[in-house]
Amino acid sequence: MRARAAIRWSILVVVGIYLLLPILAMVEFSTRGAGSSRTLAAWRAIGTDADLVSAITVSVELALLTVAGTLLLLVPTMTWVQLRVPRMRRLVEFICLLPLTIPAIVIVVGIAPIYAWVNYLLGDSPLTLTFVYIVLVLPYAYRAIAAGLSGVDIVTLAEAARSLGASWRQVLLRIVIPNIRGGIISAAVISVALVLGEFTIASLLNFNTLQVVINLLGKRDAAVSVAVSVAALVFAFLLLLVLAQVAPRRRGAGMAEVEDA
Amino acid sequence: MPDDVTGAGTLVEAPARPGVAVRLVELRRSFGPVVALDGLSLEIVPGELVALLGPSGCGKTTALRALAGLQELDSGQVFVDGRDITRVSAHRRGMGMVFQAYSLFPNMTARENVAYGLRLRRVPAAQRRKRAGELLDLVGLASHAGHYPDQLSGGQQQRVALARALAIQPKVLLLDEPLSALDAKVRAQLRDEIRAVQREVGTTTLFVTHDQEEALAMADRVGVMSAGRLQQIASPVELYERPRTAFVAEFVGLTNRLAGTAGGGSVQLLGARVPLLPGSVESGPVTVLVRPESLLVTPAEPDAAERAAGRVLAATFLGALCRVRVRLDDGTVLLAQVSSVDVTQLAPGTPVRVGVRPAPVLAIAGSA
Repeated sequence: MRARAAIRWSILVVVGIYLLLPILAMVEFSTRGAGSSRTLAAWRAIGTDADLVSAITVSVELALLTVAGTLLLLVPTMTWVQLRVPRMRRLVEFICLLPLTIPAIVIVVGIAPIYAWVNYLLGDSPLTLTFVYIVLVLPYAYRAIAAGLSGVDIVTLAEAARSLGASWRQVLLRIVIPNIRGGIISAAVISVALVLGEFTIASLLNFNTLQVVINLLGKRDAAVSVAVSVAALVFAFLLLLVLAQVAPRRRGAGMAEVEDA
Repeated sequence: MPDDVTGAGTLVEAPARPGVAVRLVELRRSFGPVVALDGLSLEIVPGELVALLGPSGCGKTTALRALAGLQELDSGQVFVDGRDITRVSAHRRGMGMVFQAYSLFPNMTARENVAYGLRLRRVPAAQRRKRAGELLDLVGLASHAGHYPDQLSGGQQQRVALARALAIQPKVLLLDEPLSALDAKVRAQLRDEIRAVQREVGTTTLFVTHDQEEALAMADRVGVMSAGRLQQIASPVELYERPRTAFVAEFVGLTNRLAGTAGGGSVQLLGARVPLLPGSVESGPVTVLVRPESLLVTPAEPDAAERAAGRVLAATFLGALCRVRVRLDDGTVLLAQVSSVDVTQLAPGTPVRVGVRPAPVLAIAGSA
């Protein structure tokens, strides 16, 4: 037992070092001053660089819009397919997973003409990237929500709610969503992470998102660029931490501990 | 606010809604080439508990789901309390349903589950809480009101599901094999509890099961289904003692097939003349369906010479009763039920005489 614990801890330490070392190196680089001194100038610049602040705002807005759009699109659709037209599940899954097989550069080439129209109709706001980002996160969000839906007998629960007098809207809001909260949160986390890290599409469509500006900053001031990257990582970590608190936890005793009265 | 959930009296002490009549007329439903309902018609009188019994795929669950509004029909009509509800959506039918699978909402406590239907009907919170408490008390789980489903055993979950179904004072209570996921001991206990609760609240109930013991023990009438049709519907005693078809005779209880010769309203069988049930083939060589308890097995003695001779193959002890397998001299193997007191004389290999009690039997065409 003791040997097994030692192996476990060794693996944990090695993986920890592997993951933390680059981040520590980035922190070290971003705080490097003249000579061997330390400075937080690069970190302070995050709040003062107008382009960077604007890009952070845009990326956060894009993340929120993408999460909202993806969930609004996927949760009712997947619930409806599972409840009413289960034979369509394979087709919906195929369509949702399709973006996974198409490289981002191909997506950009394909949607560039469409975006000409989008810009013409909706203006050239970077928030219009939401449309393509929803497509981009579709496979990951689909898998997360599908895992949530498969974890509960949604058909029986919906039928029970219907027999008690619930409308389809009430079934969705009061029964389905609370019981697949874990899947929905996972989908949201993955979507946020993808949007905050996306570079190719934004860059090729000439929108200044966080990653595009970090790239530009890297050419101008590497220290600020690295500081922003570390900040983005910390932000994602904190977001995961917060969402983990919101995610449902198993309550009380398991069935194995309960005896029939 | 619907008046069916606003009475001041408690559900338990004074049922506000006495049972209503249910009528299913010529229900038909196919799933591709599979015919689930083939012109099923059924009437349930107010307050009655009817069980639909049959093998898997016979259409019993489809019939129950059609009544609940969860299954669309190809044709046919559903009447509840004299009103045609065939086209009424499931959530407007006012049916209480307990499912085979555990169906409590995992995100709600037992009390919240029971109160959910009342909440949908906008019953005030205090009243909801009171009624949920009464219903949980009725099913013996008042102390578990704050427990989540994953803190309850299977039997407890089904009790809460029953309370939840009854909370809305349903027009009809629908039970879709609610005991099949439970172990034998809990199943027997809960079976009696469900029956007692149903009698207390007086709700018209349709109960679907493939377990004949459950159906016979709980129901006022049992309908035996096969291939989407109702073969027979009758009281448990009548169904068992006077089956109308070979399917019913063989599906409900154990049955021996014996060759006999029918004529004059009776059949010559194992040295005796036995009256025939209505629906029997009334003349010529027939196959007679005989219950194990209708057979008389005694050690071979000269005064029983008119009975058929045979030897005991095996005896199975079942407590107060024993099942004895006998091979007759003509090669026919029979299953008889005897008292455990008598089985000491019927060890395997013992020569015996087999007769039949003069209770009416069903005779069908063909050889045994």
